Amino acid sequence: MARIRLQNIAHSYVGDTGNLDDFALKKLDLTWDDGGAYALLGPSGCGKSTLLNIISGLLYPTRGKVYFDDREVTTLPTEERNTAQVFQFPVVYDTMTVFDNLAFPLKNRGVDGKEIRRRVTELAEMLDLQNDLKRKAQGLTADVKQKISLGRGLIRKDVNVILFDEPLTVIDPQLKWELRSQLKKLHKQFDFTMIYVTHDQTEALTFADEVVVMYEGEVVQVGTPEELFNRPNHTFVGYFIGSPGMNILPCTVRGDRAVVGKHEIPLGRIYKESTGETKLELGVRPEFLTLSTSSDQGLPVSIGRIDDIGHLRVAQVSLDGLPLSVVVGENEILSGQSGHLVFDTPHANIYADGHLQRGEAV
Amino acid sequence: MERQVNQKGWLMVLPAILVVALNAVIPLMTVVNYSVQDSFGNNQFFWAGMSWFVELLHSERFHAALGRQFIFSAIILLIEIPLGIIIALAMPRKGWGVPVCLVLMALPLLIPWNVVGTIWQIFGRMDIGLLGHTLASLGINYNYTQEPIAAWLTVIIMDVWHWTSLVVLLCYAGLSSIPDVYYQAARIDGASRWAIFRYIQLPKLKRVLLIAVLLRFMDSFMIYTEPFVVTGGGPGNSTTFLSIDLVKMAIGQFDLGPAAAMSLIYFLIILLLCWIFYTVMSLEDDEPQGGVL
Repeated sequence: MARIRLQNIAHSYVGDTGNLDDFALKKLDLTWDDGGAYALLGPSGCGKSTLLNIISGLLYPTRGKVYFDDREVTTLPTEERNTAQVFQFPVVYDTMTVFDNLAFPLKNRGVDGKEIRRRVTELAEMLDLQNDLKRKAQGLTADVKQKISLGRGLIRKDVNVILFDEPLTVIDPQLKWELRSQLKKLHKQFDFTMIYVTHDQTEALTFADEVVVMYEGEVVQVGTPEELFNRPNHTFVGYFIGSPGMNILPCTVRGDRAVVGKHEIPLGRIYKESTGETKLELGVRPEFLTLSTSSDQGLPVSIGRIDDIGHLRVAQVSLDGLPLSVVVGENEILSGQSGHLVFDTPHANIYADGHLQRGEAV
Repeated sequence: MERQVNQKGWLMVLPAILVVALNAVIPLMTVVNYSVQDSFGNNQFFWAGMSWFVELLHSERFHAALGRQFIFSAIILLIEIPLGIIIALAMPRKGWGVPVCLVLMALPLLIPWNVVGTIWQIFGRMDIGLLGHTLASLGINYNYTQEPIAAWLTVIIMDVWHWTSLVVLLCYAGLSSIPDVYYQAARIDGASRWAIFRYIQLPKLKRVLLIAVLLRFMDSFMIYTEPFVVTGGGPGNSTTFLSIDLVKMAIGQFDLGPAAAMSLIYFLIILLLCWIFYTVMSLEDDEPQGGVL
């Protein structure tokens, strides 16, 4: 087990051209603590898998260094890094039995037969595979194959980190929950460092203690699920996390008020006014807006479609033509009405060119 | 109701039956017809029963040709299959080398059989052939028209040159279909080069290898043109394989009855052996290929 440190990592698939646009990973400084459960969240093509492959050694970074504890491993080949990886599509050795699959990494490392049997039996019980040990891996279902894949990582006790590359993509939805909670339980038991790549926020938020959000080759925020929700560092985080995502409105700032069109919204903090070149935006989550048709406090909006997304209802409203989503309670709001919108001041954030502004207390 | 559907079904397969009848069943029946009769000039035929079959199965000439044929096919399979796999493994996976290698590999397959025979017939000649002359000047007696061993070597090397490419191309296609993650997983699991071959590449190659073995077995077991052009079955009878023997019997001696009986036995041997290969090689394939990959 190890603490993993990435220092100024950048990677380009076409070589170091000097042109920043060629880089799949722009510049990363990250430390993953020993025994932590991390999620790497971002849309397809943001560089998550590239980063993962740099950690496992399947790729060597164009720039920067990788450390496991204090040892530099930047150009160490995969087989000497002692990492484990679970891929998007389950990789099993078809012709081997489940037992042999789990035993494979140990056999390759010359572990003694008795010890192999003991460890495989023990692990199979934890993974609920004890009844499948003698079966050929070929005919098994995707979720069992994925468990085997994970098992081949867990079987090595000295593994530095276990990497998950969107491991639940091909699993049926009802089994996803089961596997995810099993994974969390295993993490507590084994205390490995785990890095879990996904583009599914639910997966990231339920699995991880800390989530790293990536966007276009850069890390835009590292934080607990709560931090990501309450104070997104970047408009992308606000939009990507949460369902529906954060409302982003172009605005200007006057002291402790945001000006959207002809309306003023209190912010509770003082922000620097726009210099004209930076683009200012107001971000507020649908959960922190209150819509009412009876009171006349707040901003006048017209109410459009109302979507029932199971556990809550979301109203699409329009503020002088600007679309916003608002979470509303049961049955009190009807579409086609006009209403008033109140912003929850502490949760209204100001972004300059996408980045969160801190502001000063009044 | 169901009966009507069945009748229509027959109508649908009728064209296929007609085609198969024309190109396979009718000629085969002609051969069966010949095999149970004795023929004289003037188109006179006499019933011979099973006597040609009995005679052939006890004929030393047939045993010798059959033995040579088995040895030849065994050698061909033992050389071409492993060699094909090794070459396919060594071929580049990407870059400009891929088309170059593929074209080079496909070249021998594009040459007609009798041309291949002619190429090697000249190539091996001790007076003007590059190979034969070089060997002769090194003091090696490589005279394939007189030395059975030289004749065998020539025929085998010629076949390896001509047909290994087929195995290579099949295996290369099989290897290309293995996703990269398998190799990545193997590296993470610390697998050796041999383990990667044994547990990833070979299992994924199994299906194409089955095809390669069947094709190479059938073709080598029926080989005719190339040895006929190069050695004419000689020296002596040392490279007289079954097909060559059959043609000698049917056209050289005009023994239609025995030749027809031999054709049928020949056909049954190939059918039987292919069935055995197929059954043995797909033995562990009983579980369906499930999942995404």
